[in-house]
Amino acid sequence: MQEIPLETHDLTVAYDKRPVLYGVDVQVPEGKLVGIVGPNGAGKSTLIKAIMGIVPITGGWVKVFGESFARGAKRVGYVPQRESVDWDFPVNVMDVVLMGRYGRLGLMGRVSKADREIAEACLDKVGMLPYAKRQISNLSGGQQQRVFLARALAQESDLYLMDEPFVGVDAATEAAIIELLRELKGRGKTILVVHHDLPTAQTYFDMLMLLNMRLVAFGPTEEVFTQELLQKTYGGRLTILSEVANTVMKESK
Amino acid sequence: MSIWSELIPEFSFEQVFVEPWTEFLDPFIWIFLMGFFVTAACGFLGTFIVWRRMALVGDAISHSVLPGLVIAFLVSQSRDTLPMFLGAVGAGVLTTGLIEVIHQKSRIKTDAALGIVFTTLFAIGVVLVSLYGENVDLDTDCVLYGELEHVTLEPLSSVFGLFEAPGSVIRMGVVSLLVVGLVILFYRPLVVSSFDPGLARSMGMNPAAMHHALMSLLAIVVVSSFEAVGAVLVIAMLIFPGTTASLLSDRLPVILGITLVIAFLGALLGMHFALWLDISTAGAISTVIFGMFLLAWVFAPRRGLLWQVFR
Repeated sequence: MQEIPLETHDLTVAYDKRPVLYGVDVQVPEGKLVGIVGPNGAGKSTLIKAIMGIVPITGGWVKVFGESFARGAKRVGYVPQRESVDWDFPVNVMDVVLMGRYGRLGLMGRVSKADREIAEACLDKVGMLPYAKRQISNLSGGQQQRVFLARALAQESDLYLMDEPFVGVDAATEAAIIELLRELKGRGKTILVVHHDLPTAQTYFDMLMLLNMRLVAFGPTEEVFTQELLQKTYGGRLTILSEVANTVMKESK
Repeated sequence: MSIWSELIPEFSFEQVFVEPWTEFLDPFIWIFLMGFFVTAACGFLGTFIVWRRMALVGDAISHSVLPGLVIAFLVSQSRDTLPMFLGAVGAGVLTTGLIEVIHQKSRIKTDAALGIVFTTLFAIGVVLVSLYGENVDLDTDCVLYGELEHVTLEPLSSVFGLFEAPGSVIRMGVVSLLVVGLVILFYRPLVVSSFDPGLARSMGMNPAAMHHALMSLLAIVVVSSFEAVGAVLVIAMLIFPGTTASLLSDRLPVILGITLVIAFLGALLGMHFALWLDISTAGAISTVIFGMFLLAWVFAPRRGLLWQVFR
């Protein structure tokens, strides 16, 4: 039987007793590139943080490859939002990518030569190997995002959770990232990406999760990317609605 | 000219720099070692505290120690080191715990929570002192400024029959070794939970436990240093080495190494200056490490002010 990389049941999260996510039920199949879309404050980041236990869950459960997250953590790679860390922190590019290996080393294990080689290969994959010794504050936004991606690759996971990896990156980096994600998918990996740009969401992802505090819809992009469902997700936000209308119109031409 | 000669005592190289290492080695080596151990332990751990933006937690701990000391004294009815130490560390750990609870259970931000907690604990200490003042023998000067020179008045105790040293110097040495050892042992989880707590959590590490462990260690270090350098100057020891070293290097292991060099030079020069000018050694060490910070700020390669002007 095929393993289910990610399953949530009735997942509910509340901050200060104010619910931000409720009753999220999903079963993400293996080998899919899934976009999580929804308006600001819809709980997109909260969803992936709740999956990993970074924010406490108020109700429901999460299973990763059929196990609790704690047991399945080694098979999950994470790309946090770029602004969530202090880029002045005194580490270089190589140090950051090696952090991707820490989950496998235990509390006091040492970084081996093999770990370094894996980290170098991952840096090479995102075109950042020449910058290995660079201090991380001396990188552009796109380069920082590539470093985060290399770190996730170094985790050698089967399920990847990425929080807005396309924010603040140049077009070349965006294209490089999406190509890399497709390659990962080709190797049977499952990838969830928090994304806020609707026009590209339609072309980038196999499946979409439409989220606005509740799960509005989850399914193959061509079935879910409809004006009706998007309207349900975004409510009456005119600018986005007109954007959607344009996209849908372009599609129908 | 005469004003200067009145303000600054006559300088004798022989007396200031040579005699402490020859004729008067016995008292001065303990002053130097105590200064070095305090600055090294504070500076090494302080580097993480600074990068985690919790520089003033050390300040809060050092001020909340007072009620811990008084309560420990009232309970144990003695001024032995162990109950005093436990009382003070308990108060320190309580401080960081309360800051956390207030921050999490209300909308109050960490800095305000810190202000609430340590002033309250300090006030409780003041109340207790005025209630039981006649029984509590607390030297307020010592609390504020520390008396590093007091180590020379202590009787020497033997360490496994290998050598003899004053008790507080031995204790501080053990604390420094503990700090350096623990940081090296848990270096990777410490770095990853300082740089990216989300990633650490997603890897099954426990950044919250790491935070509590770090705070407890900080409480131990601050309390051990307290007697030597006082409640205020301990902040200088916590913040200056790490910030100065961070101006000089981009790599955390190098920065940590530099803090030890700063501690060594600070204790050495501080001891000599204190001897020359007849001033408090803790004050002299703090001034010296501030001087080093100033030099690094102006002259550091790449990050220094001069470099940025003339590059």
